[in-house]
Amino acid sequence: MQSAFSLSFSQSSLTLPNRPLCSPNAAPRNLRFCGLRREAFGFSPPKQLNSCRFQVKNRRIESFDYDLVIIGAGVGGHGAALHAVEKGLKTAIIEGDVVGGTCVNRGCVPSKALLAVSGRMRELQNEHHMKSFGLQVSAAGYDRQGVADHASNLATKIRNNLTNSMKALGVDILTGFGSVLGPQKVKYGKDNVITAKDIIIATGSVPFVPKGIEVDGKTVITSDHALKLESVPDWIAIVGSGYIGLEFSDVYTALGSEVTFIEALDQLMPGFDPEISKLAQRVLINPRKIDYHTGVFASKITPAKDGRPVMIELIDAKTKEHKDTLEVDAALIATGRAPFTNGLGLENINVATQRGFIPVDERMRVIDGNGKLVPNLYCIGDANGKLMLAHAASAQGISVVEQVTGRDHVLNHLSIPAACFTHPEISMVGLTEPQAREKAEKEGFKVSIAKTSFKANTKALAENEGEGLAKMIYRPDNGEILGVHIFGLHAADLIHEASNAIALGTRIQDIKLAVHAHPTLSEVVDELFKAAKVESPASTTPQSVKAAV
Amino acid sequence: MAASSSFLSTASLSNPKSTISFASSVSPAPIPSLRRVVFCSPFSHRRVMTVRSKIREIFMPALSSTMTEGKIVSWIKTEGEKLAKGESVVVVESDKADMDVETFYDGYLAAIVVGEGETAPVGAAIGLLAETEAEIEEAKNKAASKPSSSAVVPSPPPATSSPAPAAAASDGPRKTVATPHAKKLAKQHKVDIGSVAGTGPFGRITASDVEAAAGIAPTVTPPPPPPSPAAAPAPTAKATTTSSPPLLPDASIVPFTAMQSAVSKNMIESLSVPTFRVGYPVNTDALDALYEKVKPKGVTMTALLAKAAGMALAQHPVVNASCKDGKSFSYNSNINVAVAVAINGGLITPVLQDADKLDLYLLSEKWKELVGKAKSKQLQPHEYNSGTFTLSNLGMFGVDRFDAILPPGQGAIMAVGASKPTVVADKDGFFSVKNKMLVNVTADHRIVYGADLAAFLQTFAKIVENPDSLTL
Repeated sequence: MQSAFSLSFSQSSLTLPNRPLCSPNAAPRNLRFCGLRREAFGFSPPKQLNSCRFQVKNRRIESFDYDLVIIGAGVGGHGAALHAVEKGLKTAIIEGDVVGGTCVNRGCVPSKALLAVSGRMRELQNEHHMKSFGLQVSAAGYDRQGVADHASNLATKIRNNLTNSMKALGVDILTGFGSVLGPQKVKYGKDNVITAKDIIIATGSVPFVPKGIEVDGKTVITSDHALKLESVPDWIAIVGSGYIGLEFSDVYTALGSEVTFIEALDQLMPGFDPEISKLAQRVLINPRKIDYHTGVFASKITPAKDGRPVMIELIDAKTKEHKDTLEVDAALIATGRAPFTNGLGLENINVATQRGFIPVDERMRVIDGNGKLVPNLYCIGDANGKLMLAHAASAQGISVVEQVTGRDHVLNHLSIPAACFTHPEISMVGLTEPQAREKAEKEGFKVSIAKTSFKANTKALAENEGEGLAKMIYRPDNGEILGVHIFGLHAADLIHEASNAIALGTRIQDIKLAVHAHPTLSEVVDELFKAAKVESPASTTPQSVKAAV
Repeated sequence: MAASSSFLSTASLSNPKSTISFASSVSPAPIPSLRRVVFCSPFSHRRVMTVRSKIREIFMPALSSTMTEGKIVSWIKTEGEKLAKGESVVVVESDKADMDVETFYDGYLAAIVVGEGETAPVGAAIGLLAETEAEIEEAKNKAASKPSSSAVVPSPPPATSSPAPAAAASDGPRKTVATPHAKKLAKQHKVDIGSVAGTGPFGRITASDVEAAAGIAPTVTPPPPPPSPAAAPAPTAKATTTSSPPLLPDASIVPFTAMQSAVSKNMIESLSVPTFRVGYPVNTDALDALYEKVKPKGVTMTALLAKAAGMALAQHPVVNASCKDGKSFSYNSNINVAVAVAINGGLITPVLQDADKLDLYLLSEKWKELVGKAKSKQLQPHEYNSGTFTLSNLGMFGVDRFDAILPPGQGAIMAVGASKPTVVADKDGFFSVKNKMLVNVTADHRIVYGADLAAFLQTFAKIVENPDSLTL
């Protein structure tokens, strides 16, 4: 049984007899961080791996330039490349902009750096909170450039580590814009053409800016600009209340701005489980200097100029009539991300994009305009739109490499967790309660909910962070976990117990008695498992609900 | 207010836990049990007479007669949760203690109108209770339409200051543009946002503009003075508008807690009462000797003095009276001696009821219990607001004499200093050293006259100097 996260070495037919160094006893290679391997931290693997590659070359059946070419050196491409090299494939990766792509340069990495600052800033400024510990903090302040530098330095460091890790492993990094010329043929840069047995498209996405919105990079910005933190406006309107908008609201309010959310749907935070988003609203929005307009579109946004502020015109989402005009100091467009698939030469292989996304099947194989699978062509990450998260891209990349090296693999997307790094954090895996109930009605099973509060957790109370909720949606008949949602301190780290269980198909009754250290926040998850009432008994031998192949 | 305090007295006396049931704004259904009956009877149409509007308001209870507003410490139940009669729903901080508030009715907590950390005046709706799940939606809509206070304790923003007001004010705002924080503050302090002059960039209304309009001193470093704080509507005039001297650079502002606000209010009220003071030197040699004897049995000096005061008051009832309406004596049938206790962050006066009637040992036990409760903020209202006379002792600090301020609603307060060995001369010119304690009583001259007070003190001194009567 293969799970989405299995990174163990299995002897496959393509590997060679004399490869003792690529064994599980080697240094822990399976550490992953944001889709990056430990090589990303500058640890280079044993040199002997290079020799493996040379031997693989001699064994190739057809004479392609490379076994695998990946277009796009972001998180997805990088994950695929590293796994490919482990499996002995001669790999090249094409990058037209910067290595690391969105995650490292304009996404996960700098945003987490800024959120780390905002978290501390918020804590230090919360006099009531400090007093409850018996601490006194004199006026906490910040230097904007220093904060911005922290983010950009981190991005640079990770980018360099990524590049070095790939170079050290012998992945050829080809610079230039890549595109598909025909089956198994790729062009990059001006006119370099290479052939590859398999091609993975991993070109990612860019911030989506709806029409009518004029972005000037200074007063009307996207996340790309915001992460550079060139200024901290007094009042910023954030268009879109998904996790990107929410994280930025956390950063800006901690640094002293006031925020207004503009959300097209009727609820804020529409993607989350409703119970969690209600609590999140109570903690993350109501007590902060944030107000919001829901059910409206920003039909027109003009940047500030000639002494006038940024003007935002709001229209009702359904009737389209004018509702209000906002005058703010800045506007951040966080309405989602659009796939970056133009100029990829897809027409050469008869592939048509759907709203920009490349259609793929559950094995990431590209589907052409006639509904047929295009052989030897895969697409992973944001470009296919299945699950636009960094670690999903890298997991999809690994899945493709597994298939290409002879093992069938289908990634179970329901076992991939997601997190929002506000303070407190929000994380989730699997289905939301409404989705679970809908599935239950269709398939005819019952759904139960187990809930626990962080107020009952010793560690959370010791940190005076008792505000939080964890919720598990499960099947009481067989103990299958359908979804877990956590809102509270370190929620992003706590979710993995649940996501692992879902990935391996572990049933609640089989992990109920597992021991958790005390006092830790993980006991919150432990409480969830213990609070669940399952009818079928625990098994004496490890069993799974269904093999998550 | 009278209605809620009657609920208060019955609930607290009958209820062993420290909880209070809140009253509902809707009159209770005449025969609740009728609704549970399932048979279709000719009387079923009569059910229409039972209360139809099943959405009840949960309002801020009055936890003491001096409480005018309370702060929600935490909501025990969340929106949508089922409530059973008698279950605690919310914890409210009054000016004296934290109380669990129970629900009188079964139902569902449909909406929370005032959130945790927010304050609301007594009687204001803090939540809505729906009888059935179906009504939760309706209640929510009702809550949304209410002018609820949605802001919490404003946290001071960091060093970045807003840019200079500039000539934007002269531009005249064509439409009211207000920042999110300004809107929240306006809601909280019930200021009409449309009438506030905006001094922020581009003429927008900032938080400090709203604070100025409401007459509240801002919680951070004072902003540039607003051009015209006029147009502040009447309801906000409750805040004081006296101009205060500018803050020194390193001054830090700490707002009053509920308890501190209450003390401040009481002290200001006392300014309207005409008081006078009489002092008396009391010889405490005998009392000290008695104290040494009874100390091992758990008796404290406080208990001794309270009992002595109680016994003296029994002989001088006018000192135990008060002048509630300015034109009559209000004699109290009980002698309840309140003793001032300093606790962390404040001051409270637990009451020793019937101090003259209880024996010394019982009094001491009671006292220990009361002090414990005071320290953990668990005093019941009747344990701190039923005093008829107050005793305040600063002798443990070495203070020889001081003047206490008369608490509102009482006739007299006794301030006791330390007992110090003093040289006394008798009429024959011989010197001796005796322990003397200076006692100073402040009394309301509308009811207690000089002679009354002096006589009381003479009796008190006699009791203290012949303390065997205390142990009876």
